[in-house]
Amino acid sequence: MTLRFLTEHEHDVVRQLADRLLPPHDEFPGAGAAGAADYVDRILGAFTTDPPTIWAGGPYSGRQGGEPGFDEYLPLSRLEELAWRTRIEGSRGLPEREWNGPVRGWQEVYREGIAALGDTPALEVDVDAHPELQQLLFEHACEASYGAPEYGGNRDLAGWRMIGYAGDVQPRGWSDAEVTGA
Amino acid sequence: MPDFDVVIVGSGPGGATAADVLTGAGRSVCVLEKGRNHLLALEAPFDGLGHLSNDEVKFGRRHFLGPDPLLEPRSYRRSPADGERTTVGDVNNMPSTVGGAGFHADGKLPRYREVDFRLRSELGPVEGAEVADWPVDYAEMEPFYDEAERSIGVAGDHAGNPFAAWRSGPYPMPPGADMFLTTLTVPASERLGYHPYRAPTGANSVEYDGRPACNNCGFCAFYGCPIEAKGDPVAMLRRALGRGSCEIRPESVAVEIVLDASGKRAQGVRYLDPEGAEQVVTARAVVVAGGAFETPRFLLRSGVGNSSDLVGRHLMFHLQTIALGFFPFRLHAYKGRDVTHLMDDPIVGDAATEAAARAAGLPYLRGGIVEHGGSGHPIMEAMHLPAGAQHSALMADSPMRDKMVAFTMQGEDLPQATNRVDLDPGVRDVWGFPAGRITYSPHAHDVACAHHWGPRLEQVMTEAGAHGTSWVTSPGTPGSRAPDLEPMSKHWMGTTRMGADPASSVCDPWQRLWDVDNVVIADSSVFPTSTGYGPTLTLVALAIRASRALAGSL
Repeated sequence: MTLRFLTEHEHDVVRQLADRLLPPHDEFPGAGAAGAADYVDRILGAFTTDPPTIWAGGPYSGRQGGEPGFDEYLPLSRLEELAWRTRIEGSRGLPEREWNGPVRGWQEVYREGIAALGDTPALEVDVDAHPELQQLLFEHACEASYGAPEYGGNRDLAGWRMIGYAGDVQPRGWSDAEVTGA
Repeated sequence: MPDFDVVIVGSGPGGATAADVLTGAGRSVCVLEKGRNHLLALEAPFDGLGHLSNDEVKFGRRHFLGPDPLLEPRSYRRSPADGERTTVGDVNNMPSTVGGAGFHADGKLPRYREVDFRLRSELGPVEGAEVADWPVDYAEMEPFYDEAERSIGVAGDHAGNPFAAWRSGPYPMPPGADMFLTTLTVPASERLGYHPYRAPTGANSVEYDGRPACNNCGFCAFYGCPIEAKGDPVAMLRRALGRGSCEIRPESVAVEIVLDASGKRAQGVRYLDPEGAEQVVTARAVVVAGGAFETPRFLLRSGVGNSSDLVGRHLMFHLQTIALGFFPFRLHAYKGRDVTHLMDDPIVGDAATEAAARAAGLPYLRGGIVEHGGSGHPIMEAMHLPAGAQHSALMADSPMRDKMVAFTMQGEDLPQATNRVDLDPGVRDVWGFPAGRITYSPHAHDVACAHHWGPRLEQVMTEAGAHGTSWVTSPGTPGSRAPDLEPMSKHWMGTTRMGADPASSVCDPWQRLWDVDNVVIADSSVFPTSTGYGPTLTLVALAIRASRALAGSL
């Protein structure tokens, strides 16, 4: 797999840290093994493709019938692109991104956060000592593990299978009996 | 010659209704919507765009329906004693998109009761609050409620709620499927003397108005409906577009109302188009339907309608009391509608409520509907569990999703002039306009009511079989489990209240600004009181009434 933003080393670190935040359990291999690093790389490098990989299309994934549409990403408006570039890349001193002051981007949080870990192996890092990286990675690991796999995570639907969750169910839906019955 | 008969600012339930009613009366309208269009094609046959989906990442985490808090931050403080603000970002945000807040809701659409329109006359004043009667009563509203229910398509049981106001006919559709957890909570409620009933819901239980029956996918609240089983707002907008006299302009940001030389008549609206270029659309009248946050912000920015100094004041949210029940087995609340039963008992009250009011030194306590529901989707649960060794095991067990019941009481929020939306002096949006600032603290009535009902709702959970219970309020209140929690009710009301006296209201009884009478407010900002019910059906009914009057005046 060609990485969009992370280096191979950073990808490895993200994968191992994600497994510590959301560890293996039963059939779930851990967030890292379920694709959290790929998820993070895909959002950090969202603007390497057009449309950017921000919003999956619709209305159906094809997993429960219908034509698959999640693989086709939706284009952003001019201002939506501004918001997402600012969120991901940071404001970088650009006046058009700093109407309320500087914004630290997710790319900086990962790159600088991983660099700050130094040579300590990811499995031995005191994650609590790096709260900014820990918080952002935790959020992304949750999204990766329990969101639609089209965003790069939830490999083999491992997250949904562990929790007994069908995920997106359109256009099949649930029958009235499935809703009301035990 | 104006460009249109009416320009409408906002395309949510109020604006969409105005567009539907006005075009139905032969008027031409232009709808300005600052958000994107993900709802329907703007050319015939106005099909859905296929953007809506069962996707928690897109809708729950990536601001798909807007507003993006980076582009449009809001600020919040409890009172001026907090300083300029305590928070900047997402403050009780509602969708900003074609269709507006109609998207976010799971579509519970109860009517108000007779007393709700006459609270001051029936129950008297409350110290520290500006409780007022509405300038319209239930008897006048009933036909508009009936029309609103048919316009949206409401499924319900007209005989189910013993406390409901009278109605001229049944709901257009029967109720949909009951969620499993209500097979536990409804009998438990009844054993404790309460009166749960099937929630009137704006999701089709059968094919209706050319749209299919809901197939119970479970992605209602905070999601748009991929199959259009939710009628609000697509039904009204499609009807308006189909008449050929409605133009919707997405990504068009209303800057200000353009007045004539007298300053007493609106001539149109100045706005920014998708490229940021300034444009003016002229019209014989203006309908403002941005919701109770954006509407006062727009009026304040325009310098219009505020001779009373009441624009933005009397902000109300509903003080939510959320009682949680933790069960030893799975409840699969992710299947079907998010809420299928309500109960009005905290609104009606009982001897215990009256005693609690007396103990608190208040003339009465009025709570709100109690919604019997479950919790959210798995990313939301994952975010609320502690990271680390137990996270995945807890996700598998799912104590905060698949095994949890949530009762949400939408407690009546008494109007206070100090609760308000104004323009933040130090925070701006991406267009350079001052951000809206929310200053809000609940009244002692609201707090006392929440603290009375929280434990009582826990008792229902225990009776239903919960092995653990808890309760919290939104916003936080002293003594609750999360006292600093910010408002998150998604119900906004009261910032341009209507009334019979221009000294104590912003709008007249037909929702026209007292100061500029060809500007009509068509959203829940006109509400004088919040009641204990969700606001959408009532704001739609009022928008029908006001728009029909406006159409007749043009």
